[in-house]
Amino acid sequence: MRAAFVRGLTAAARQDPRVILLSSDLGFKIFDDFAAEFPGRFLNVGVAESNMIGVAAGLALGGMSPFAYSIAPFATLRCLEHVRNDVCYHNLSVTIVGLGGGYSYGHNGPTHHSLEDIAVMRVLPNMTVVCPGDPVEVEQAVVAAAAHGSPIYLRIGRSGDPVVHTGPVRFQIGRAITLRDGHDCTLISTGNTLPLAVEISDRLRASSISCRVLNMHTVKPLDEAALYACAGENRPLFTIEEHSRIGGLGSAVAEWAAMNRISCPLHLFGAADAFAECTGSQAYLRALCGLTAEHVADTIAAKLVASC
Amino acid sequence: MLQARARAVRARVLRMAHAGKTPHVASALSCVDLLVALYFSALRIDPANPEDSGRDRLLLSKGHGCMAQYGALAERGFFPEEVLAEYARDGGRLAEHPGPHCVPGIEAATGSLGHGLPIGAGLALAAKVRRAQYRVFVVLSDGECFEGSVWEAALFAPVLKLEGLTAIVDYNGWSAMAATRPAMEPLADKWRAFGWSVQEIDGHDVQSLASILGSVPFESGRPSAIIARTVKGKGVSFMENDLEWHYRPPNDQDLQRALLEIRE
Repeated sequence: MRAAFVRGLTAAARQDPRVILLSSDLGFKIFDDFAAEFPGRFLNVGVAESNMIGVAAGLALGGMSPFAYSIAPFATLRCLEHVRNDVCYHNLSVTIVGLGGGYSYGHNGPTHHSLEDIAVMRVLPNMTVVCPGDPVEVEQAVVAAAAHGSPIYLRIGRSGDPVVHTGPVRFQIGRAITLRDGHDCTLISTGNTLPLAVEISDRLRASSISCRVLNMHTVKPLDEAALYACAGENRPLFTIEEHSRIGGLGSAVAEWAAMNRISCPLHLFGAADAFAECTGSQAYLRALCGLTAEHVADTIAAKLVASC
Repeated sequence: MLQARARAVRARVLRMAHAGKTPHVASALSCVDLLVALYFSALRIDPANPEDSGRDRLLLSKGHGCMAQYGALAERGFFPEEVLAEYARDGGRLAEHPGPHCVPGIEAATGSLGHGLPIGAGLALAAKVRRAQYRVFVVLSDGECFEGSVWEAALFAPVLKLEGLTAIVDYNGWSAMAATRPAMEPLADKWRAFGWSVQEIDGHDVQSLASILGSVPFESGRPSAIIARTVKGKGVSFMENDLEWHYRPPNDQDLQRALLEIRE
């Protein structure tokens, strides 16, 4: 998704002279072409995330549309109060780009994992939270973010994320995308679990279970119309995310369901409320918390049997 | 005359703290002369056109001193005097730390320390990128200089040659609970070492302040830093250098005594 981010940003910068990129010393070589094409509009601010966010806010107050880029926990938690006061309180056109959502930084360890960022960004007033599901969505999300006019947290994967959208797709912030239709249940995904969600749906189909896949790439605001459409069938809802089960997509859907008296069953798939106890690749750590196609598909199948 | 303006702003600060029963009166008195020199002399601003894109920007990073800023903005004609009655009143626009654009002339919300200088650096950078001519002034407290983000921005601005940025430290020697000098000294050398062009001045000599603030940048290609030697609670003898007045609102009697001193 990193390369897609650069492609999207390049497209946005060509359209809009206000676009400027700040990095807190992340992205070795990948911004070279951007910097060459747009002199003065790429800035490595050094390993100083709080300053980066404050500078981004100042740039936005001065009429620019900055993107502030770092590894997800550093772009969100390290400088959280600057995000809250400088960016959100002023409701500024700043996009905070969190690279490596979830377990993308696998063997780098829990300091680099990002399992809390959606929760923490979602609670901030004026913040829109966007977690594209594949590189195609990232590219379009960046262009949309530049024109959005208010704070965005853009959570992307790392590199090597598979392409899900092989055909054309129209990405709109706040509008969920249905990737597989289905009538037995709905699996709602955000961010980099999208390929997994599609794989789960395909696996269930082989067992004659028809599972819709709804890509809720925007976690805040939720696409409530899309959720109502699924819930109206009164079939079970499942959420999946590479994020803590506390505070992320699943929580957001559960809040929506509770406040709107949605009666269909809801089950959350996501990371445990724990730091990884051992080192592991992204795939390994996903498996430890049950985020595999096999485990999720089996669980969904069992839940469907139980709810019949 | 700037001294008369400063006296008028000090009186407003005292009345606001008294009516609102709020703390930080001494912090506000500490920066009155700085703000008067800025708003009445150094800044290129037009109260009738407060959103003019070419205006100089002033950020009060020590947001808890905002009674002085509210008072100075009213004195300068940014909004009617009666707006000050909204200070610390339910439903009012003026909180004990300024909100974003709560009244004309407030450029950024502050209150949590260590935010103004990074924002100011961003504003100065935007001017550079967009070839705008405005300058940015950020007033910090010395206690605020304990915040790491101040020094992140202090490292950043000289690298970017942000000569449109001026940091002014209201160096009254006190944070909320302690004397700051043991940690801060030598404060001018610290800023100099980070690459700023530094001058140390008397932060209550409003005429000298006006001429020095009007002369920035001190060197081309460098941001400027002014270490303004101030007195916490300046102008009210019983409030000066007494941390009690970081917390205590003036009662009726305190207000009358203080106003008498201000008139002198």
